[in-house]
Amino acid sequence: MFSWSTIVENLPYLLQATRFTLLVSGLGMGLGLVMGMVLCVARLSPIRWISRIAALYVSFFRGVPLLVQLLLAYYFLPSIGIDIPPLWAAVCSIGLCAAAYIAEILRGALIAVPHGQAEAAAALGMHPFTIWKRILIPQALKISMPSLVNELIMLVKVSSLVSAVGIVELTRMSQSISAATFRPLEIYIAAAAIYLVINLALAGLGQALEKRLDY
Amino acid sequence: MDIDLFVQYGPMLLRGLLNTVLCWIVGAAGGIALGFVIAVAMYYGPRPLRYVLRGYIEVIRGTPFLIQLFILYYGGPNIGLRLDPVPAGILGLIIYGSPYYAEIFRAGLQAVPRGMIEAGRAMAMSEGKILRRITLPILMVSSVPPLTNFSIILTKETAILSIVTVPELLYQVQTMSAETFAYMEAMFALALFYWGFVEVISWAGRKLEHKTNAFLSKELSA
Repeated sequence: MFSWSTIVENLPYLLQATRFTLLVSGLGMGLGLVMGMVLCVARLSPIRWISRIAALYVSFFRGVPLLVQLLLAYYFLPSIGIDIPPLWAAVCSIGLCAAAYIAEILRGALIAVPHGQAEAAAALGMHPFTIWKRILIPQALKISMPSLVNELIMLVKVSSLVSAVGIVELTRMSQSISAATFRPLEIYIAAAAIYLVINLALAGLGQALEKRLDY
Repeated sequence: MDIDLFVQYGPMLLRGLLNTVLCWIVGAAGGIALGFVIAVAMYYGPRPLRYVLRGYIEVIRGTPFLIQLFILYYGGPNIGLRLDPVPAGILGLIIYGSPYYAEIFRAGLQAVPRGMIEAGRAMAMSEGKILRRITLPILMVSSVPPLTNFSIILTKETAILSIVTVPELLYQVQTMSAETFAYMEAMFALALFYWGFVEVISWAGRKLEHKTNAFLSKELSA
């Protein structure tokens, strides 16, 4: 029988752990955005070796499963004497991986801004910095918004993998509860429902944001 | 790095690699088949069915693959579904991939030019024949690039199967490192391996795409 009471009783614990899911994915997204911008600029750099290195970074972090990256960071950091809490190691892993995807999203968006606009601005005597600030970045941001929201939703989902390195977020918490209650079906369905609500809310927010950016 | 280690554990690692490839190929093929059925049912089916399938797509795409695996593998026995790790992993991949594949096929179906279907009707082709001779061939060609793309993404998802004890590559490497304490080297080698694996598959995908595109442009110009 499907036991609703198991879900109701354990919901507070699940919701408490959900905060860490949001924390890991939110911080991961923040780090990913900052690193992603740097990578994007490096990727578009006219200096060959800089753009090569950025391309190599993107290819590595997109080619290796995130779970392997997490385990690598988990074993690698202590072995070179860096002793940071597992939570931060996990946030860094997720952020570094997200940066590779975000860099490509931003690069695609920058390329999609018609080239003539930057040329026109340059012809009007705008400073390159002003061109980036006034013309390229605002438009690239608008173009990339749907993909960035998608990436954030993706991060909420992949944040479940940090449970494998012992961080007690929603997935890890549901593992412990289902081991204690012998009710894996109910607990995991409840966890899935929480993830779904978060992601539907993010998707809705993204759509509202897109409407506001529409001019 | 200790090369002997990889020689000693060679057979075990090879078995892991075979399981990874098996799960990936069967999972992707099953996902494509299920996704195709869903897309066709959504396109031609009655409205209530469409709503149900839309709900299925949103739920699967909105939840983590790991949680889906847990529901299937640990929650399944509660409703009488007992699976060994490998079949559970393959079934999980099929379910996880199906909505993404369905969306690819749906977009492809919508992109079939209406005029061609109308032309088929004007030539007195039966609806079945239009589907077989016009819609499906166009759909197949236009879907190849996104299908390849998602199938490549799926190779990386196979690593997650290790958490539900599917003896695939990552699982075998973890077993090996637990026995030898060579975590660092093993994980590093594994990362490099996956990197190369995905790059090779991407390269093959681009080749395939190039081939279908060449065929497409030839067909259109003829």
